[in-house]
Amino acid sequence: MRFRLELWRQTGPDDPGRYEVVEADGIDPEASFLELLYQVNEGRIASGLDAVAFDSDCREGICGSCSLVIDGMPHGPRQVTSCQTFMRDFEDGQTIRVEPWRSNAFPVIRDLVTDRSAFDRIIEAGGYVSVTTGPQPNPNSMPIAPATQEAAMDAAICIGCGACVAACPNSAAMLFTGAKVTHLNLLPQGQPERRQRTLAMVEQMDEEGFGGCTNHGECSLACPQGISLDVIGMLNREYRAALRGKPVAGTSGMTAQ
Amino acid sequence: MRLDARIPDGPIDEKWSRWLDAHRLVGPLNRPSHTVIVVGTGLAGASAAASLAAQGFRVKSFCFQDTARRAHSIAAQGGINASKDFANEGDSVRRLFVDTIKGGDFRAREANVWRLAELSENIVDQAVAQGVPFNREYGGALATRSFGGVLVQRTFYSRGQTGQQLLLGAYSALQHQVAQGRATVYSRHELLDVVLVDGEARGIVARDLVTGELERHAADAVVLASGGYCNVYYLSTNAKGSNVTATWRAHKRGALFANPCFTQIHPTCIPQSGEYQSKLTLMSESLRNDGRVWVPRDPDEQRPANAIPEEERLYFLEERYPAYGNLVPRDVASRAAKTVCDEGLGVGPTKRGVYLDFRDAIRDRGRAAIEGRYGNLFEMYQRIADENPYEVPMRIYPAPHYAMGGLWVDYELQTTIPGLFAIGEANFSDHGANRLGASAMMQCLADGYFIVPHTVTHHLTKRREHVDETHPAFDEVVRDVQARIDRLMAVGGNTAPQVFHRRLGNVMLDRCGMARTEAGLIEAIAEIAEIRDAFWTDLRIDGRPDHLNQSLEYAGRVADFLELADLMCLDALRRAESAGCHFREEYQTDDGEALRDDEHFATVTAWEHAGEGVVPVAHDEALEFDSVALATRSYK
Ligand SMILES: Cc1cc2nc3c(=O)[nH]c(=O)nc-3n(C[C@H](O)[C@H](O)[C@H](O)COP(=O)(O)OP(=O)(O)OC[C@H]3O[C@@H](n4cnc5c(N)ncnc54)[C@H](O)[C@@H]3O)c2cc1C
Ligand code: FES
Repeated sequence: MRFRLELWRQTGPDDPGRYEVVEADGIDPEASFLELLYQVNEGRIASGLDAVAFDSDCREGICGSCSLVIDGMPHGPRQVTSCQTFMRDFEDGQTIRVEPWRSNAFPVIRDLVTDRSAFDRIIEAGGYVSVTTGPQPNPNSMPIAPATQEAAMDAAICIGCGACVAACPNSAAMLFTGAKVTHLNLLPQGQPERRQRTLAMVEQMDEEGFGGCTNHGECSLACPQGISLDVIGMLNREYRAALRGKPVAGTSGMTAQ
Repeated sequence: MRLDARIPDGPIDEKWSRWLDAHRLVGPLNRPSHTVIVVGTGLAGASAAASLAAQGFRVKSFCFQDTARRAHSIAAQGGINASKDFANEGDSVRRLFVDTIKGGDFRAREANVWRLAELSENIVDQAVAQGVPFNREYGGALATRSFGGVLVQRTFYSRGQTGQQLLLGAYSALQHQVAQGRATVYSRHELLDVVLVDGEARGIVARDLVTGELERHAADAVVLASGGYCNVYYLSTNAKGSNVTATWRAHKRGALFANPCFTQIHPTCIPQSGEYQSKLTLMSESLRNDGRVWVPRDPDEQRPANAIPEEERLYFLEERYPAYGNLVPRDVASRAAKTVCDEGLGVGPTKRGVYLDFRDAIRDRGRAAIEGRYGNLFEMYQRIADENPYEVPMRIYPAPHYAMGGLWVDYELQTTIPGLFAIGEANFSDHGANRLGASAMMQCLADGYFIVPHTVTHHLTKRREHVDETHPAFDEVVRDVQARIDRLMAVGGNTAPQVFHRRLGNVMLDRCGMARTEAGLIEAIAEIAEIRDAFWTDLRIDGRPDHLNQSLEYAGRVADFLELADLMCLDALRRAESAGCHFREEYQTDDGEALRDDEHFATVTAWEHAGEGVVPVAHDEALEFDSVALATRSYK
């Protein structure tokens, strides 16, 4: 297959950046989007040009490294990660525009590589249960209904890629933060720190410069893990309850133990 | 050099508790004055860093990804073993120990493996306490399933994303310690060398991958948790960035490298489709609980899989190994798949593939049950192979997956360089010549949560002079690292680093993969030397070293793989026997099973670097089997 790529080039946070048009020929339809870029880079290096920088690691949709906006859509048209987007999903001869995540909270480091450390700082603010290594209770002394485990797991599968932020017109990080709050606040282990966790993570989220949610729903549609907007609902309820200092009453669908 | 594994005295089930009772402690007030560097934030590194920081030491944690949470461990799928016997099958520490020793074809150290089996129970408890959502039964108790090479259900799991959930548990524990001010995470940093003072590890030199700056970090102990080296095969199930640089640099500074030829080729991966493919995707071994492996009996079979009648299908694992069937260990399953494909019975466009079929499981237990167990794996398969595995069988083929070899460590997980520890896949220790499924994560977390925090503490109690970043040893190492970068940048050829990597991978897979011969290995060594020469004359790195430069990072890793590959072949040549994943065609039984030579090779081979261009020196650690009798493995 053949493609005309408009690749975003930027040498650092202070460079305004520009698109560079690159022709890619002889591409296997079974190649992933990242493999397309490897192939382009291999050719560029051999002909004395410089390679385009982009993040990737696992190449199987779980590490959350890859982060390309493909034709205006975070990760491309299929609601899977960039590494799981295959060239067979595009038309032969098509022009494809490739950009980095666009958000003030994710400054561009180089080309398609951004700095997403803001997410680490949100977790650092409270995305954990404060246990340290040592003897722990027998897990079966704390039974957890499969439905609760499943609901927690549906949120815990977030890969932290940031597509939700890139997709949101407000650059909100509510899907990311809501997923972690939902995962931990639904489980019995998360109860003692429930209120404090919610407040601290939301505060950090604001401090990092992410916007607020105005219910566009783009985040969930871009999320390669298909994390539901319910986690934002849960985050809002948890936050309101935490501000009032009251324990949160469960709601249907997302019932805490 | 005499290798002393420093195994404590006493009966095997008391060794670890005796060691713990005898080891020396650092008082809580003194701990913040000690700095420990942990390289790697996978299961091993993140758990070690979080535990050491929680004890009160100052921890510096390093990874080359943009955040600690993206370490390769995130991709582990199927589950983690623990001898809890929740399924009331008579499982025990002893059984997990025996299974692991036997699965490793009697090439692992008994004392270490026993400790691993003992600690396995604590790991699941620790993870649950962190909020890891393991699958639960209807009554709310933890669910378990089976993996290859065992007859009990001792594998705990979170859907098909167990590694992700365990790693996020360890990562969040680490972020908790960052918030407490005890740990600092240096992401987008790559260790490029280890700094020794008076023969002890006292720090590292790391490159800030964003600015290109070479940084000095001094410490009182260094823990390497940098993962495995299966990317030496170019195509593997490992993450793109996984590499050998950290352990290889340590090796060249004096740490012995053990059993480099012990690499595992995993039986259930999606077959390769094209030349530009950059990775192979694993389909978790847990699928062999319900999937049946087969090929058509007729090499000229043209019909689609579902149209082939039962009697014309060769269920080669079930036929050959009736006791374990589809759940034989990985080395056995991979070799069997290779054999049927070599006989021309393979399926798919390249004929290098076998079917993994869920038809019977779906018929007997219903689609919903299968979806509940493996839904995300089926989706992943469909996404990549563009076929629906609920309707047609998956096609699978073996792929390089896991490195049993690694830095030689003693019972305290210390390398031959004092103060330098190696944990997780980076060390050689517990899996012998073949790792059983769901045992890697167990080992990473046993090492990181429960072993190295104590053995590092013990090391820190010894008095030593204060060393900081101004010590002349750092100047010297920084000079060496800079010279290496300059040399890479200066080659000035025309070829991208991945081209050499691909060539190397082809040679290694062919000659030092699932089957090896003396002649093939000798040829491989010559071919590797040619690729290495080509690399150092025709490499081109674009850009400059003082900014984010992925070509430079990659070239450095390929350079180290080119040296490691040589050692792997040497080791495979020297080990004139077949054991586990190391299958030398010259040494096999009449029915094609691995033929060990316990008289000469019941050993760990640890290689000493003897200088550039000089043949490395092999040292043997003799393995003794007192708690389990040396026996020929049989899964029939
Ligand atoms: C697809 C797949 C599925 C698997 N499934 C299972 C399973 O179901 N059960 C099981 O038990 N095992 C499984 N395994 C094996 C298991 O995941 C690995 O063995 C294990 O995760 C290795 O963990 P680790 O902590 O040793 O290293 P890794 O997770 O590989 O982490 C290495 C770390 O070191 C860092 N690093 C490396 N070099 C440097 C350097 N030079 N400088 C700075 N940092 C560096 C990296 O950034 C990273 O943080 C699977 C493996 C794969 C590939
Ligand atoms: S590279 Fe890991 S999710 Fe795409």
